[in-house]
This record gives sequence, structure tokens and C-alpha cells, in this order.
Amino acid sequence: MIPACRLADLPRGEAHRLDIEPPVSVFHTDDGELFAIDDTCTHQDASLADGWLEGCEVECPLHASKFDLRTGAVDAPPAKLPVRTHEVVVEDGMVHVRLSADAPNLPPCISARLAGGAA
Amino acid sequence: MRTVAVVGASLAGLSAARSLRQRGYDGRLVVIGEESHRPYDRPPLSKEFLAGTIGEADLALERDDEELHAEWLLGARATGLDRTARAIRLADGREVRADGVVIATGAAARTLPGAEGLAGVHVLRTLDDARALRDDLARGGRLVVIGGGFVGAEVASTAYALGLDVTVIEAAPTPLAGPLGETMGAVVSALHTDHGVRLLCGVGVKGLSGERQVEAVLLEDGRSVPADTVVVGVGARPCVDWLEGSGITLDNGVKCGADGRTSLAGVVAVGDCANWYDPHTGTHRRVEHWTGALERPAAAVAALLAHGATEPGVPRAPYFWSDQYGVKIQFVGQAAGADSVTVEEGSTDDRSFLAVYRRAGRQVAVLGMNQPRLFTRARKQFGTAAS
Repeated sequence: MIPACRLADLPRGEAHRLDIEPPVSVFHTDDGELFAIDDTCTHQDASLADGWLEGCEVECPLHASKFDLRTGAVDAPPAKLPVRTHEVVVEDGMVHVRLSADAPNLPPCISARLAGGAA
Repeated sequence: MRTVAVVGASLAGLSAARSLRQRGYDGRLVVIGEESHRPYDRPPLSKEFLAGTIGEADLALERDDEELHAEWLLGARATGLDRTARAIRLADGREVRADGVVIATGAAARTLPGAEGLAGVHVLRTLDDARALRDDLARGGRLVVIGGGFVGAEVASTAYALGLDVTVIEAAPTPLAGPLGETMGAVVSALHTDHGVRLLCGVGVKGLSGERQVEAVLLEDGRSVPADTVVVGVGARPCVDWLEGSGITLDNGVKCGADGRTSLAGVVAVGDCANWYDPHTGTHRRVEHWTGALERPAAAVAALLAHGATEPGVPRAPYFWSDQYGVKIQFVGQAAGADSVTVEEGSTDDRSFLAVYRRAGRQVAVLGMNQPRLFTRARKQFGTAAS
């Protein structure tokens, strides 16, 4: 498990980004639920923590794709692939993330960079 | 309704087809597209696709597991709409009869008179345009972009990153003054000069020189700008010629109500070709934004299926983005009519700021440069404030 932040430091409606590779973000919804997903939009290099949180969905800050925080599913283009979801555990007021073992769906520009290809 | 024909197979047409199925329409669905390609995303054509960072497969708008149960008539140009027979005529002589019609034929790039047949001269609107331009940019050399609007600026930015020698020519004194206003148009277009790209403003283009291959762009003031490749980015016109004589009301595209309904019953129009009534301003406005093509078909399809018996919701304020020289530019609202613009976060010198446009003290638009987080918050508040 990776410690993310103190729960008291993550107000409702806000997100906290973990600068790991690839980055992961924890969202605290207006209803008080916590979710963790991959932070990078599957379409292009954009941080979903900067996005528009409404209910259990976050809209990419650049374009219009919305991701369901519960499932990672995407609703509309330009993104076509879901983001990974991760388990959130709160212990002693500290938010932790247990990372998914699945392969991430990173956007083509990031995948190319990580693979050492021309980007 | 037993057959719905969607004329146009780009984002607006695809969004309409999706909305039809999402709303439970289970009849025959025919999607007619002039290009031979399945729906693809156009914004990357001037950016990542032109740069070679992403390929054609990445442009596909449909998901691999998506099944709309539609008949795709691709490479089929619509040439007429027969209102009595309720039929769409195609260039190859075929006819598609339909009870409901969604017009989504988009817009076409304006060209420069006299440029026909000259190699090295491009417009950028379609995948085929982008392939051809990418091949020419790969030769390097000197690129001259005619038009300092968003498409022109993005091509200039991509070509600069590819190592070309780039000049941008803009007829108006300030590029982007229409969408962003004079002040911010100057700030955003300064990205060119920041990077050593030449920007010539306030001078018109007289013509092109060259025998078979373009050699230079000739300016109204007598100057000649040498060029190996020329991109003409001087806007787009709605593709509605095929509707002439159909009886549908045309006025800067297809004239529509606030829910996309046209003057013909059973016919709606969406996307770049549609001039929707804007309840905020009380005027018609043809919006050429990607997000409009994505979001508005839902309202139009609802009106089509309900035979107009719906109350159109208030659309989200128009939003667009651009990426130039690694800087993210985001804009929501309408700059036209604003009487002030103030930088409220960051600084224009850093090319990282949030600027708010107001008219009589009321916020009418927000511009962000490299501030996606602040911009998203401002856009969210904007949506509430404007409704």
C-alpha cells in the first residue's frame, strides 16, 4: 500500500495526485466517498486530478471524456479506453492506495515515451 | 420512425447515431459519409498526427467493442434531399429513403483562388489532407502558413517542432482577434515570435508563384515570401450546397431552433453545418467547436424522436481548446461583445494565466493558457453563472 495523504487534508470535491509512475489520483467526492484511479487521461497527457468532479465522475480538464470513478469506464470520445481503478484504504486518518496489478491504459504519447520511442 | 438517415460520418454524425441508440431507437439506421473513412478525430490532424506522434488507428472515434447496428454508406456524397419523397440522393445515383434525417455534413476548408493544381499547397480538414501535408513537411524546408487562426497556428507550431523554417501570414492586424479579442489574440499569437516563427500581420495575400510546385507567397504590399510548402488556413464554410432547392431554410448553414430542428419536419441538423438559435443571446450562432459536435446531437435526436415535443435544455457554454508550442490554450464563452478582459491569475508574460472577459460587469468568457486546473474550475463556475 502506498500512503497518499491525510484524509483531513483532502476536502470533499478535491483530488490528490500521487507522483508515481504512472501517476495515480485519489478523489474525495461531494458525497464523501474516496476513489483512486490512474491520473492520466487515456486520450492525451492530461491530469484528471485537474478535472471536473461531479458525483462519481471526473471530466478530463482538456476535452470532454468523463471517467466513472467506481469502474474507470469512459463515457464519450475522445478517450476510448477506461482508466485503471485502485483500492483505497483509510487507516488512522491516513489515505492509502493499493495499486491495481492490471496494465495501465496510457495515452499513445506517454506509451511511446515510456517505451523509449520517438515522441 | 422506421428509418433514420444520418448524413455525415464525423463526430456530430457519430454522436447523433449513438444518441439514437441510447434513446432506444431500434429501427434502421443509415450513416452516410462522403469520406471513405469510419469516424475519426480531427483535432489531432494539426497536432499529434501531423507530428507523427500518433497514427491513424489512434484517431478512430469508435470503440473496438462498439456496435451501433448501423449501415455505413462511406465514400458516398449526398447530393440532394427530396422533402416529399423523404429521400436523400447520393452522387452515385442511389437513394436512401428515411422517416427521420440528421444533417451533419460539417464544413469544408476555404481555399485560395488560383492555388489549384500547384504542388505543395495544402488545406487541412480531412485525414487525407493531413497525410498529404505530413508527407510534404517531412521534406523540411520553408513552410508558409496563410491565416493565423487556430488551424494555421497549430500547423505552424507542429512544423516548428519538426524543424521547418516557418512564416505565418495574417491579413488582420491581430491574429485570433475574432475568437479571443484584440488583446488576448495578440498575447496568444505571440507564441509564434517567442519561438522564432515569423509572423506577418495586416497584410493580404495576392497570390502564389511557381510553375508546377509552389515557390513563394506574394503579398499585397509587393513582398514575396519563399516557400516549399504552403498551408492555407483561412476558415471553413458549411457544407450545405447539397440542400439547395430542398426547401430547407439555409442561412449561414442550416438554420435551426435551439434544439437543432430545421424548417422541415423530421429533419434536424448538428455540428459545423448547423446554425442553432442561442437562447442566451437571442441570435443564431453557428459554432464550429468539437464539443458542440459532441454534445448537441443529444438534444437534436431527442427533438427528432419526440417530433419536436421536447423542451430543449440550455446547452453548455461553447468551449474549445488549442495546443501550440507546448502551451495549452482553453476558452469558454464568447469574446465578442466583451468590454473588458482582465488577467486574474498568473501573467501573460509567462504564457501561464487565467483571463476573464466581462460585459457590463458580467462574465462572458474565460481564457486559460497552461492553467488546466484553474480553467476547469472557472469553466465550472461559468456554467452555473451563465445559466
